Amino acid sequence: MQTLNFQQLWRYQDQLIDGTLHTLLLTLAAAAIGTVIGVAGAAAVRSGPRPVRWAIRGYVELIRNTPSLIQLFVVFFVLPGFGLRMGAFEAAAIALGLYFGAYCTEIVRAGLDAIPGSQVEAGQCLGLTRWQVFRHVVLPPALRSVYPAFTSQFVLLLLGTSLASQISAEELFHTGGFIETRTYRSFEVYAVICGIYFALVMTFKLLFAAVGHLAFRWPVRR
Amino acid sequence: MALVDIRNVTKSYGSTQVLKGVSLDIKEGEIVTIIGKSGSGKSTLLRCINALERIDGGEITVEGQSVRTDMPNLRDFRQRVGIVFQAFNLFPHMTVERNITLAPVLNKRIAKSEGRALALDVLARVGLADKIDAYPAQLSGGQQQRVAIARCLAMRPHLMLFDEVTSALDPELVGEVLKVMEDMARQGMTMVLVTHEMGFARNVASKIVFMHQGRVWEEGPPAELFANPRTPELQSFIASAR
Ligand SMILES: Nc1ncnc2c1ncn2[C@@H]1O[C@H](COP(=O)(O)OP(=O)(O)OP(=O)(O)O)[C@@H](O)[C@H]1O
Ligand SMILES: [Mg+2]
Repeated sequence: MQTLNFQQLWRYQDQLIDGTLHTLLLTLAAAAIGTVIGVAGAAAVRSGPRPVRWAIRGYVELIRNTPSLIQLFVVFFVLPGFGLRMGAFEAAAIALGLYFGAYCTEIVRAGLDAIPGSQVEAGQCLGLTRWQVFRHVVLPPALRSVYPAFTSQFVLLLLGTSLASQISAEELFHTGGFIETRTYRSFEVYAVICGIYFALVMTFKLLFAAVGHLAFRWPVRR
Repeated sequence: MALVDIRNVTKSYGSTQVLKGVSLDIKEGEIVTIIGKSGSGKSTLLRCINALERIDGGEITVEGQSVRTDMPNLRDFRQRVGIVFQAFNLFPHMTVERNITLAPVLNKRIAKSEGRALALDVLARVGLADKIDAYPAQLSGGQQQRVAIARCLAMRPHLMLFDEVTSALDPELVGEVLKVMEDMARQGMTMVLVTHEMGFARNVASKIVFMHQGRVWEEGPPAELFANPRTPELQSFIASAR
């Protein structure tokens, strides 16, 4: 058996850093898109007009019950046929954003459902608009209740960005493949890549815990 | 002219008629106490006054304006008619101060900078100025209910509705909430309250309304009504309430 040799990889540190940054960027872009979709989608599923509710339900089911890889291909290869041209990175951000948005819609909806109607009523009785009730009364406690689920889904998204390598978006996994073809050090390359993913996930988990701690300060009974 | 004028109001949930032609006047400064058995329609009537429920027939006017769930200035109207519920319904994620100032600030009735002064003012009236920075979960039930009342007072309502506001409280906490309501009554607030506290009804109310099966069965000043109940239904209600 070959002995392990990480030394060759050292030469590719610029590429590794670049890949890591792209993975980060892709994750954050998709998360931003998906979170906006999730909050808006959940709100609309609960109180939008019927056609909108059906459309969102359809979107959520479609995304959650088909392979993410195919969704990625559709965005990258099929949409340009309709005149929507974009690079691999943009396509990946959009496809993963749509993917994350579907799960977020379900997560946020569960959170909104957990808020008793009496809270909404209390807001209405104070003369607040529907939007003010949603934004100030319902949303914050709803987000708190689904924050752990959101965190897990975010981690899945981060790991899932590796799919973007399949359309040659330059993220970490793709970088790994590139270095491997140059060095033939498969084990070492993917061990390092894996370590980087692991470190990213752990960092985000800490970050989420810290943000949650700051954002959700109010005490709860029992 | 009466502040609240309820004329022949009917209301059904599905096929069950809950209000079967309720008529009632509430004058400015009056303390009207609604009593009656469970299911007689007390909460429903209260919620109709505040346009939380749509009425099927009859009319409710408050300050001369017809109350409807689709009235154009519903939000302004809601600010003039405060309601306090049995379950407090404070916002758990906001401090006492923010619970109180949220609506006045969002509705642009006061500037953000005036919020704390407003909160202190209304909290002083319920004896809780020292709790301004607490969260609801850090307060006892009685304190939470007093904050809920303060939150209502911050809207400067012309009329306040109370639906069994002491029913969820431990017995030893009931007194502090009733005292706040007595103070408000003394200061001339027009109040309609549903309560099982007969002592309070007897001592503070200017008018007692006994509801039975979706109707105003009897009404009158407390001394008269309690001393000489005319209907057997009220007689047995009074007998069972003591
Ligand atoms: N949202 C609703 N849907 C269907 N039926 C309802 C609803 N709210 C109330 N009811 C029914 O209407 C009737 C009157 O209810 P209401 O809550 O007004 O009574 P109440 O006098 O306040 O009783 P309690 O003393 O128990 O609070 C009851 O039979 C109740 O079951
Ligand atoms: Mg009731």
